[in-house]
Amino acid sequence: MTAPGLTIHDSELRFGGAIVFTGLNLAVRAGGWTAVLGASGVGKTSLLRLVAGLTDSATISGRVHAEDGQPLENRIAYMAQQDLLLPWLTALENVALPARLQQGRVSADEQRRALRYLHLVGLADEAAKLPAALSGGMRQRVALARTLFLERDIVLMDEPFSALDAISRFRLQAEAARLLEGKTVMLVTHDPMEALRLADSIYVLDGKPASVSQPIEMTGAGPRAVDDTSVISHYGQLMRLLGGEGAAA
Amino acid sequence: MTTGLRMLVIAALLLLGWQTVVWLTGVPPYLLPGPLAVAVTLVDDFDYILPHAGVTALEILLGLLLGTVLGSVSALTLASFRSARRWLLPLLVISQALPVFALAPVLTLWLGYGLFSKVAMATLIIYFPVTAAFYDGLRATEPGWVDFARTVGATPRAVLRHIRIPAALPAFGSGLRVAAAVAPIGAVVGEWVGSSAGLGYLMLHANGRMQIDLMFAALAVLAIIGLVVYFTTDLLLQQLTQWQTETLFTDMKGSAS
Repeated sequence: MTAPGLTIHDSELRFGGAIVFTGLNLAVRAGGWTAVLGASGVGKTSLLRLVAGLTDSATISGRVHAEDGQPLENRIAYMAQQDLLLPWLTALENVALPARLQQGRVSADEQRRALRYLHLVGLADEAAKLPAALSGGMRQRVALARTLFLERDIVLMDEPFSALDAISRFRLQAEAARLLEGKTVMLVTHDPMEALRLADSIYVLDGKPASVSQPIEMTGAGPRAVDDTSVISHYGQLMRLLGGEGAAA
Repeated sequence: MTTGLRMLVIAALLLLGWQTVVWLTGVPPYLLPGPLAVAVTLVDDFDYILPHAGVTALEILLGLLLGTVLGSVSALTLASFRSARRWLLPLLVISQALPVFALAPVLTLWLGYGLFSKVAMATLIIYFPVTAAFYDGLRATEPGWVDFARTVGATPRAVLRHIRIPAALPAFGSGLRVAAAVAPIGAVVGEWVGSSAGLGYLMLHANGRMQIDLMFAALAVLAIIGLVVYFTTDLLLQQLTQWQTETLFTDMKGSAS
């Protein structure tokens, strides 16, 4: 089964009475990366939480559909800005945490599967360590392995690399692009370069109330090199959109 | 220096200070006997003190056990049901407006002079710190963890069992440490109000007969019981929350402390 695309219809976000955005529509492309780029406070995390089914209807509303018409329940993996690893579980147990939460136990088979994903992110040797013994980059890798362990078609990412140093971020972006190939990924980020390297189409969320731009369509597959022609040619366009229409980049 | 050695040094210093006060002030032994006299009494009357110490220790342990179980159940109920929070929480606060000591005569009246009234006292005194601390821990779970659990389709029960309870263990531990420290109070107050056995009874009795060295010997045994209960609890809790990283006691290079 191929990963379906997503559509978000007529979404509205209010914060303390003020409208952050209203009448917002957005399409997430099937089997590829869609980035939503914007400054903090523009409502991009709320938008992602709406898709993840984590919002209370008092602040945000909107309809989210999968293009194949099936319900979204249990098809989404959510990766947050913090690694959200449980400090009392080892790296391996953290990867298999979804199984523990769903069935109350982790079978030997799931244990093996968890170890395979840890191996994929290059942390098989650290399987028995507690999160406190791992570096920030390693912890986020474990979180990535846990996302993979879920084996879901749709992956939502909320600035998952923003807490990392530039070098770790660069490496992990490339790994994420490789490992999440074929899945429908919605990434919200405030880092233009991250969007340019990873996404197939980029929306810019900006303004008061915020609205989305026309999507910027990238060519070639991520992870792109920073000197990739598509990255360079769209960089200026993106910065102009972020700086307000017409501003010098 | 190891912890054990340090404790010995502290104990030796305390005893030395005690002896010094006796020497310097020349206070008569019926007001404050020296540590040596108390130690002699402790050894001589050991067979007499021991059964009483056993009774008090049993009261403390049963109270600690019962108070912890009841407190944990209450905290879990509060965390699980909204209606429990609405109705039980005010009740809990009101109950604390009644000093447990004031209840001691009533408990003795209802439960008699035996073990039960003392266990009830100790339970009551332990119940609140355990409930309050554990409940605080249960509701202060990192919201991101709960969100993540929701996205993988975990039930509230699974979240409680696999995330909220383990995450609340350090808070539960602080409550239990307080409880372990105050548990002897409940038992001894109960014994003072009315009893025929226990260290509290022994102390009142010895006081009435001017056996001040015996009273101090009983006090020393009580202190030892209290310390053993506290450190055993502490040790067990440390096993339970080994993952917790302490930021207070890690030695930082270059920091003057």
